[in-house]
Amino acid sequence: MYRYDEFDETIVRERVKEFRGQVERRLSGEITEDQFKPLRLMNGLYLQLHAYMLRVAIPYGTLSSRQMRQLAFIAREYDKGYGHMTTRQNIQYNWPALVDTPAILDALADVEMHAIQTSGNCIRNVTSDQYAGAAEDEVEDPRPWCEIIRQWSSFHPEFSFLPRKFKIAVTASEHDRAAVKVHDIGLRLYKNSEGRTGFEVLVGGGLGRTPYIGHVIRDFLPKEHLLSYLEAILRVYNLFGRRDNAYKARIKIQVNAEGIDAFRGMVEEEWARIKDSGVDLPREEIERIRRYFAPPPFEKLPRESTAFNDAAASDKGFARWARVNTVAHKQPGYAIVNISLKPPGKPPGDISDEQMEAAAHIAERYSFDELRVTHEQNICLPHVKKDDLYAVYQSLQAADLATANIGLASDIIACPGLDYCTLANARSIPIAERIAERFSAAGVEDDIGELKIKISGCINACGHHHVGHIGILGVDKKGEEFYQITLGGSGAEDASIGEIAGRGLSSDEVIDAVERLVDYYRANRQDGERFLDAYRRLGLDRFKEAIYADAQAA
Amino acid sequence: MPTLKLREGALAPYKDAKPTEISLQSWRDGVRPEGGRFAIVVPNDTDIREIAPSLASFSVVILDFPKFRDGRAYSQARILRDQLGFKGEIRARGDVLRDQAFFMARAGFDAFELEESRIEGFTEALRTFSQVYQPAADDAVPAWRLRAARAVAA
Repeated sequence: MYRYDEFDETIVRERVKEFRGQVERRLSGEITEDQFKPLRLMNGLYLQLHAYMLRVAIPYGTLSSRQMRQLAFIAREYDKGYGHMTTRQNIQYNWPALVDTPAILDALADVEMHAIQTSGNCIRNVTSDQYAGAAEDEVEDPRPWCEIIRQWSSFHPEFSFLPRKFKIAVTASEHDRAAVKVHDIGLRLYKNSEGRTGFEVLVGGGLGRTPYIGHVIRDFLPKEHLLSYLEAILRVYNLFGRRDNAYKARIKIQVNAEGIDAFRGMVEEEWARIKDSGVDLPREEIERIRRYFAPPPFEKLPRESTAFNDAAASDKGFARWARVNTVAHKQPGYAIVNISLKPPGKPPGDISDEQMEAAAHIAERYSFDELRVTHEQNICLPHVKKDDLYAVYQSLQAADLATANIGLASDIIACPGLDYCTLANARSIPIAERIAERFSAAGVEDDIGELKIKISGCINACGHHHVGHIGILGVDKKGEEFYQITLGGSGAEDASIGEIAGRGLSSDEVIDAVERLVDYYRANRQDGERFLDAYRRLGLDRFKEAIYADAQAA
Repeated sequence: MPTLKLREGALAPYKDAKPTEISLQSWRDGVRPEGGRFAIVVPNDTDIREIAPSLASFSVVILDFPKFRDGRAYSQARILRDQLGFKGEIRARGDVLRDQAFFMARAGFDAFELEESRIEGFTEALRTFSQVYQPAADDAVPAWRLRAARAVAA
């Protein structure tokens, strides 16, 4: 993992000092809430329905046990004993008092963390594949590049007042777990036909009111030019992106208005001017950062574990958990363990202080002191010996963290919705809970297989409904909560925007409709076909009939 | 509104006579005030490279912040300094917050139109960070360069 040196430490501490001054000016009445707003928004502090909400960055999702314990401490000391993991590898605290926020930032700085650029019209926390450094299918660990982007984008003097927020995601695998095609900039590290590793650069993807899949702006960028190329894109956006309407100010609107070829022309022209101007890092600095992400000291182990096989044979619950929640590791004898934060009846992504402590302890003991936060609002332990899986499972069970539903129907992404958010039109969390409950009978979820349900409480799409296999969007109809279904979306390497299925449904109707969609899929799928693939084969009309079957009969 | 000049990390009111101001539109129309060099006022939706051929005629370029959120002039200033080699004054006009002073100075601004009562807050804000991560139009040395220098010295 990256460790701060005195330069990183100084910058983060000086930021806390600046923010403490801003909070003091607000509390003393020297500045009004209106004047304070842009300042707190530079630091992840939002005013929500009931209280302030503080969003803390977990850069590219990587945490040490010590950092996780500090997040638990903050939850206990300054919040109501829990935190909420977001789709962008941040943690949100929903109940901090304004007067405490400088102390929280100090506590974060003590463990090399911060809330820098977790809101505002700037370059946000860079996100990545939660399996980085462990995935079987990656060409190299993408995190050194994420850290390079984190440093370059922190307090960037030119790009802190962009037309709108700006999100960058990096992956290094064939299988895209970082949703790079729906980010303002998506970066995919791959090996080209000459055997050189570089970035495929995508631009202009995004969700929100106007969803777009990103366009390839450059199919091969030599790695050492990453920062100058990003700087060229950001400059073209900062100068010429729309600012007259906040809903049309993301880079996706500019890219699609100009056309990708014209936009590329502008970027390449700017890049030619700056590519050798000293923006890019020298090789030594890239290597310095890369060394922090060296693989942990893995043991040489056989691929199969007898201890694991024995435990799986005798404990069916464990066998199922292992099948659903663990993933192959590139190192023989190791596995990646996912910890679901979607237990039945709980808001997706919430985790208590005690659970954070437990996860930290397990990671320290069994996963080289490392945890990851995923964009699907779960946690993962990247490097667990197969021999230890049963012990890990039992420890997770003791902390109520052994829900086995990763990638299944109840592993739902949902935004905070009307329960917390000032923008929402409808509640999301209760819908997620009721859908999960609907599929909770033994064996049902396993039979359905991979199904990504994503729920947003308003058109801003924080719950990523556009890229759900089944997406649900909350809308307000004359003061009542209604839900619109979209179908066939994906945020992975086969990215697509879901199609709107038809008129909105009441909260009761939408639960039934999801069940009917799943029933229709189960009745009509081919061998091994996922919901998404069946949808793509059979088409919108047939699934639409399934949704509105009742309505038509009535 | 007084103009405060930034010199060696400190802000002080303008002492010299101010050059005559001219808008970009007037310049385009061929207006050429008599004598000396001018302060040209460039709107933030203009490609700053348009004035590149005439830069020698200007001692000051005034860039606009119609709202503090509108950050186009940061890029205009950087292009002026880094790419067009402009050595004269770049002045920020409009909605300029103290909390932006640090970024503006790094992007190449060295003058601000401000009430003198705001000097203290601005001066403090200019010193927010003693270290930076990225090169810009100022002479701050990015952390990676300092790290490299230290590694060589070690």
